[in-house]
Formats: sequence, structure tokens, C-alpha cells
Amino acid sequence: MKNNKKLPNEAQMKTGVSRRNFLKSLTGTAAGIGISQMFNPAFVSALTEELKKHPVIWIQGQACTGCSVSLLNTIDPSIADVLLKVISLEFLPTVMASEGKMAMENLYHIADKYQGKFSLAVEGAIPTAANGKYCTIGEYDHKELTMVDIMKDLGPKAGSVLAVGTCAAYGGIPSAQGNVTGAMGVMEFFKKYSIQTPVVNIPGCPPHPDWIVGSISHLLTKGIPELDSDGRPVIFFGENIHENCPRLEQFDNDNLSEKMSSPQGCRMDLGCKGPDTHADCFQRKWNNGMNWCVDNSVCIGCVEPGFPDLTSPFYEPA
Amino acid sequence: MAGNKPETKSLSKGKLKPGIMSGNKKIKVAIDPVTRIEGHLKVEVEIKDGVVADARVFGGMFRGFEQILIGRDPRDATQITQRICGVCPTAHATASALALDDAFKLKLTPNGRIARNLILGANFLQSHILHFYHLAALDYVNGPDVAPFIPRYAKNDIRVSKAINDAAVEQYLEALEIRKICHEMVALLGGKMPHVQGIMVGGTTEIPTREALNAFAERFKVVKKFIMEKYIPIVYLLAGPYGDLLKTGGGYKNLVSWGVFPMDDAGNTLLKRGVFTDGKDGKVNVDLIKEYVKYSYFDDATTGLNPKQGQTIPNPDKKNAYSFIKAPRYNGKPHEGGPLARMWITNPELSKTGQDKLGVKRMRDIGDAAFSILGRHVARAEETAIVADAVELWLSQAQPGKETFVSSPIPDAAEGLGLTEAPRGALLHYIDIKDQKIANYQITSATIWNANPMDDMGQRGPMEQALIGVPVPDPENPVNVGRLIRSYDP
Repeated sequence: MKNNKKLPNEAQMKTGVSRRNFLKSLTGTAAGIGISQMFNPAFVSALTEELKKHPVIWIQGQACTGCSVSLLNTIDPSIADVLLKVISLEFLPTVMASEGKMAMENLYHIADKYQGKFSLAVEGAIPTAANGKYCTIGEYDHKELTMVDIMKDLGPKAGSVLAVGTCAAYGGIPSAQGNVTGAMGVMEFFKKYSIQTPVVNIPGCPPHPDWIVGSISHLLTKGIPELDSDGRPVIFFGENIHENCPRLEQFDNDNLSEKMSSPQGCRMDLGCKGPDTHADCFQRKWNNGMNWCVDNSVCIGCVEPGFPDLTSPFYEPA
Repeated sequence: MAGNKPETKSLSKGKLKPGIMSGNKKIKVAIDPVTRIEGHLKVEVEIKDGVVADARVFGGMFRGFEQILIGRDPRDATQITQRICGVCPTAHATASALALDDAFKLKLTPNGRIARNLILGANFLQSHILHFYHLAALDYVNGPDVAPFIPRYAKNDIRVSKAINDAAVEQYLEALEIRKICHEMVALLGGKMPHVQGIMVGGTTEIPTREALNAFAERFKVVKKFIMEKYIPIVYLLAGPYGDLLKTGGGYKNLVSWGVFPMDDAGNTLLKRGVFTDGKDGKVNVDLIKEYVKYSYFDDATTGLNPKQGQTIPNPDKKNAYSFIKAPRYNGKPHEGGPLARMWITNPELSKTGQDKLGVKRMRDIGDAAFSILGRHVARAEETAIVADAVELWLSQAQPGKETFVSSPIPDAAEGLGLTEAPRGALLHYIDIKDQKIANYQITSATIWNANPMDDMGQRGPMEQALIGVPVPDPENPVNVGRLIRSYDP
């Protein structure tokens, strides 16, 4: 939305333009589900007590923290509201106050107390080679726990799992060709260890904050959203980027960019993966509507199960 | 906090607290995991007479980027290596693009250089603000009494008044908005954030429009105001009640900076390239970097290699190893990277607030107190102001509509070296291209300089060494250990 780059005033930053856009895009594709209501402040406030009964535990495996940082970029609700009101975020290593023994004891305390009710958000892939030693999480009960241990312990206890980001959803870069760590996403891991807990994939490298907050809120208030065959919520990943691209008309008119920095033209000849990619970036845009990959260069297909091996080389011509 | 007066002007009032519980017998304390950092870290300290007597820092995660890159299109490295760190992807993108520029033998357009500086610069501001408020601040003030701000240490040594604590929490929340606005600035030129599309071999992919530059400038104004009126003052404010933390955590006092933000086509950088070893300044010679792996989970045969000959062959079952981090040494010695290193090597004038509070003019005038837990926070805050001033300059130099990108075919065979700085320290990317594909790719990333284990010669890593002597009067609440670790922004 390059025509909407004015910095919102403080009031709007909290409640204004972006909320409208967000709701519009949600209701546009999800009419009848009514999930937009959950972003009404009064509704959120009424839910606060209820949500405390369904805390979120967010753990990080082979991750870059980019998904957590993307979550911090949520506009509406603001991250302050997410942290303080919308989600009872009991464990998130990047922001929580506690560390060491206290953090690990709290992790297991919450998982036991809210067994079957808490949501487990997983960021990063799970390395299964070398007995899981490629990723350690922390010490609990005098034992050094790996990401594999934690997933085996908490996976079955959780009411639901959110695989946040392409690494957790499908393995992502840690599982790309050449990897030696046996990295895999949550669904593959659960299959391997026969864990039955339902999983919602929120891919993206990183996922858009709306995809994360929207999916968590839907899960906590309405249950599991409708998923596509790759386990992704249809409301966010139901449409093809190329078919909905604002530059589609330029493609139809054979106006194809020949240089990466050309302001105009369809990016097809530069390697754009829009035709094989399903996400609503084309209308949601990124970072408060500032920009998106296709206007800046090309789509690299980061929400797709084949990322990065099947969506690269990212650039053409070779 | 703008209207609040500092509680005390003096920085030297605090005194190291004597050991009260550990006595003269040794007590082992482990923090596993260390939280509010990027990645996975564990620290183990041995406490004697109330201070740390020995320390080990464990890097607990390995993904294998260097293997994963082999055989790929060289240009893809800029996208893939960004995913090493979601807090500083722009730095990895920059290092990778510089290595590729070198290999492709490309010279950027002036607008391309400036656009890259604006993208990286905006994220420096984001990263430093995020680090102070959202990673480090909870070591000095209490958050609200809800998860994830509770639980916390029962005796967490918070020494500020309720009024200051409340103001700091307000700033914590405001800083969430400010760092988000910094990301909007990055996205205006870089496409999106985290993980920008816009930095690529040959420059940047999107020519800035007047409208985008205006939107960038409008946001920047808000961010700069916050830096000057809130962030810098509160760092100096903490130096009152926590003055003793200016006297501990110094470490080796050896520093490296590869330099960052080219100010001209000749490659002169805003923050200077240099080394500081045993009290003497030196010029950087990349050949003097060697990476040791005796205590790292990598094949012993690969120890002591320069990154240009580097190999990364994991051996997770290796006896006596305790970290997935290699131990890089410059001229055989451990060196610290990050804002303190850059600011010491560059030695710029401090902000007006800094000069008033400290009664000195330049970074090096701070003297030994700079090499400390709080000294690193001071260096980071002061660097934020320097980068903000430079962003303002680059904004005035950026030309709307002028080319930012130079395209070039992939060379059949070439080597390239990219040296830059991540917010948290010196960053090196090396690429070897054969048959137009990546034959070898080596990364010596920022935190590796600080959080590394012991080397083959028996020298501790910089963070480990800096922990020695840090007071831990109450081993049940080892607050200062986390404070020291986080002062490096790992």
C-alpha cells in the first residue's frame, strides 16, 4: 500500500487504519466464521480471563528468532496487548524474565497444570540426528533436554500445536539439502513418534505477524481453523500470489521486468515464485503495509513446503 | 522518562558487594537456558568468595548453514544466510552481498551504497533498542506482574525506585512501537523485515522513490527523538544505582572491528576497521584470524584454520568438547566484538548527555569503566546516536529515482570476502565459487567472537573471561551472570 505510507498518529497506531485493513482482509475471505470479533477490544477484554486457562508455551528449536521478532511486529492488536491481554504467554525464551532452572520448572509446571489445554507454539526445526544433540533447550530435573526430548514430552500434553514458521512447519532451511542434523518439521516429527496432537502450520520465513496472532486467536477462541492440504489456515494461505498479484495485468500485457531494480513489470523472468506460492502477501503487505517482496524484488516462495530447495535458485536468469 | 531527573549524578558511588553466602568454598551454578538472547546458550560458573572463579559458556545449537550452501547459486547465499539471525538478518545480507560483490568484481552505484547503509542502519537502531529494552532491561527493572514477566528471581537485585521502574516499563512498551517503526523503515527500502529481499549482489533491488524516502524520514524522526530523549538518558540513569556494574566484567580488553557503513566509494567506514590488542591499536590483517575447535563439537583435524581455508565438520559426540561455537582468535588471542569494540576503535565524541553525565568528551576518555557490564550498554547507546546521525546524512544524500543496482553474470570461478559489522559484532563471510556454484562458504558470525569456548592454547572465550571476578553474592539468584552475558547482546 504505497499510497498509505503516512505515519499514523498515536491513536491510529493503536486502533485505526490497520485494524480496518486487517478486519477487511479477514472478513473478506472468512465471512461467516466471525473471527473478526475477537479483535474487538471489549471482546478481547472479556476473553482475557478465559484465555488464561489456555496459556501458550512457545519453544525454539533450530530457529533464528525471526518468527518471534515478526510476532513483535504485530500492529493490531499491538504487541503490548498481545503480551499483556490477548495471549497468556507463559514461556517464550526471547522475552520472558526468567532463565535457567526457574524457567524450565515453570515450563513443566504450566504444561502439567494445563495438560490438554495449552497451546504449544514451535519455532524452528527439530534436529533428530545424533540423539537430538544438535539443539539443547535447557536443564530440567538434572537432565539436559534436547529439542527432541521437549517435543516428545510436551507434544502429547498440548491441546494443539502451532508450527510457527517454515522451519517448524516443514523443516525449512535447517532441513535443506546438505544438512547433517536430521532436521524436520513438527508434523513429520509427530508422525515419526506417533503423537496425535493436532497441528496448525503457520509457514513463512518468517510468517506475517497477522498470520501468527490471527491463527493463535482463532485457535484459542474458535478452535482449529480450516486448513489446506499442507496444514495451513485457508484464511491466510488460500490464494495464489501470482493470480492475485497487482502486477498480473502487466504480465498479461507482456510487460516483464528485465532488471531487478525495474520499478515496473511482472517479475516472472527474474525468478519470482509467485505462481507456485500461496499466501495473502499481495493484499496484506508487510511491516504495516510498507512493502512486499514482489514490489521490492521477487517472491522466493518462503511459505511453501519445498522452501528453499524446490523454490531455488531464487533468481533468474541463471 | 524525559522529564525525570537522574537519581544520582555520580557513576562511581556503587561498590562491589562482598560475598555473603558462598564463603570460600566453591559453588557451581548453571543457567540453562540463558534467555532474552538470540539463540541457545548455557553458562556454568564456579563461585568462590562471592565472585565467579571459573566460567564456561556453552553454545547449544547447530544448523549447518555452511554445508547447506554448497552447490547452490551464489546469489542465493544472501537470502539463505540472513536466516542465521532474525534479529540482524540485514547484517548477514550485507556481509554476503559484500562477499559476492568482491567475487563478481562489482562496484556499487553511490545510490546503491547509500540504500544499503539506510537498510542496515535502520536495523542497527532496531536491534540496539530491542536489545536494551526487551532483552536486557528486565535485569535492572521489574516488568508487569503477568507472564512472561513472571516468574522472576525472588531476589533479583532491582535497585530503582518505583517511580523509575514504572517509567521504565512505560518506555519498554513504547520501545516495542519504536523498534517496529525501525522495521518499517527497513521494509520501505528492503521489502520486508525480518529477512529483507532488497539487499543483493550489485546493490539494492528497489530504487528509492521520493515518497519512500519521505516515509522513511518521517519515521526516522520519531525514532531519533526516542533515542536521544529516552534511550540514552535511561542508560545513564541506570549507571547511578548500578554504578558497581561499571567496575566488573572487563574481560581481555582485546577488541576487533571490521568496520561498517561505507561513507564513500573508497570504502572509508563510519565505524572504523581496526584491532586493539594488549592496549595497542593495530590494522586488520584477515590472515591473522584462525578458528580453533579443541573444545567445540567439530572435527579436530579442522582446528586452527583461517576462514578462507575453513571447514565445518561437526562431531557432536566429541569428548571434552562443550560448544557448537568455534573459537576464533585474532593473532592467537581472544578478542571481543560489538558496540564497545567499534566505539573504542573509532573513538568518537559522546552524545551531549554522555559528556554531561561522565564529564568526558570522547569514548576512550571513559577509560577502564568502558570495559564493564554497564560500559557495554553505554557504548551501545552512544553508538545508536552515532548511527542515527549518519542515517540523517544518508537520507540527505539518497537520490530518488537513481539506480541502486548493477547486474552482472555469475563468474565461473572466483573468491570473495565480505567484512562488515552486525549490531552484536564483527561479521565475516567468505565465498568460493566454482562452476558458477558455491564450492565453499564460511561464516564467522558476530556472537562467535564473544560466546566462544576455550581454544587449543587453553585461553577462555571473551565472555568466559569477562565473567571471572563478577560478584555473585547470592548463588540462588545469580543476577550478575545474566547481566554480564546480556551486556554482549548474544
